[in-house]
Amino acid sequence: MRVLIRHQRREVEVAGRRRVREVLQELGINPESVLVIRGSQLLTHDAQVGDDETIELRPVVSGGHA
Amino acid sequence: MRCRKCHGTATVEIRRHHTAFCSEHFLEFFERQVARAIEEERMLTHRDRVLVAVSGGKDSLALWDVLRRLGYDATGMYINLGIGEYSRESQRKTVAYAEAHGAELLIVDIPGQYGMSVEEFARATGRVSCSACGLSKRYLFNRVALEHGFGVVATGHNLDDEAAVLLGNLLHWQTEYLARQAPVLRSAHPHQVTKVKPFYRIAERETAAYAIVRGIDYIVDECPNSVGARSLLYKEALNLLEQAAPGTKQSLYWGFLERGRPLVRAQDGATLRDCVHCGQPTTGEVCAFCRMTERAAERMRVRRMRTPASPPVSPEPAPGVPAAAGAAPPDR
Repeated sequence: MRVLIRHQRREVEVAGRRRVREVLQELGINPESVLVIRGSQLLTHDAQVGDDETIELRPVVSGGHA
Repeated sequence: MRCRKCHGTATVEIRRHHTAFCSEHFLEFFERQVARAIEEERMLTHRDRVLVAVSGGKDSLALWDVLRRLGYDATGMYINLGIGEYSRESQRKTVAYAEAHGAELLIVDIPGQYGMSVEEFARATGRVSCSACGLSKRYLFNRVALEHGFGVVATGHNLDDEAAVLLGNLLHWQTEYLARQAPVLRSAHPHQVTKVKPFYRIAERETAAYAIVRGIDYIVDECPNSVGARSLLYKEALNLLEQAAPGTKQSLYWGFLERGRPLVRAQDGATLRDCVHCGQPTTGEVCAFCRMTERAAERMRVRRMRTPASPPVSPEPAPGVPAAAGAAPPDR
């Protein structure tokens, strides 16, 4: 599957049909820090993503406040 | 994973509540949390005119959206900080939201009004950018709210923001700041408006999910000046804890409000008076914003030897968006 990692401005390939939780673990991304989107739909961490699908990891952490 | 209410496919999991919702019931949960925060903390009534601090990011656009849906009289205020493409893009997103929803929006352009960006304020006065930016925003929201007759300013600070600020203040035992951290800061001076944070019960992940489910087009990229900001480090640390023990952020912040804050409240004894230059509330003779802008202007004069006078610019309505009634120009 194709994974768009929005905050790192990069795209990676992850092989096989996997659960969202496994994809995040493999990429070393804390699930608390992103939302996972397929098309326009949000996915929970137990959702399955097919090998031919694309997901976006959207960062949720913003900051820089004084 | 199934929605707790309808047992349809869940789209948003809320681990600290051991639950998950489909998009429709997530929106219901979210709006109920905001309504509960507003009621329990007596933040707003439906008679109040509220000025919403809007940056174009997920939190502030979500706040503006949900307040309007809950029937509050909410006008947006956007401050152009002069941070290059980031400011241009965030203003475009904010104006687009206002136009699409027929919402009133005020815009203040810092470079247009003060002759320089917040980055230049920071450079000229030896502050870090986030400090100059935060000071400018707090000052202008209060000032513009007063000038336009708003009694309350609402900001999109969420549970993660508040927990990160609290962690920073605890790590350095900033007791004065601890005393002032609360979901509602009531006016303590005739020239100070009340500030409220209706998202203090809601995690950052949930405000982002709300914006996405509602189809709100917000600026995803972060301010370039926030790279390496201490607050992001605190959030990362808290997210590590949250991942291992869901509910940690909520327990830290809500626990502070319930048990910690009463212990430090006595520290908050500062008396406010009018700034002799601009009339805004301050603890000293001249407020921090006037000191910063005057020092920055002086540096600029020395550097350029000659500075053209910058004309006063009042907050202007966005193109095609009606201005708030009774607009009065700032007196600077």
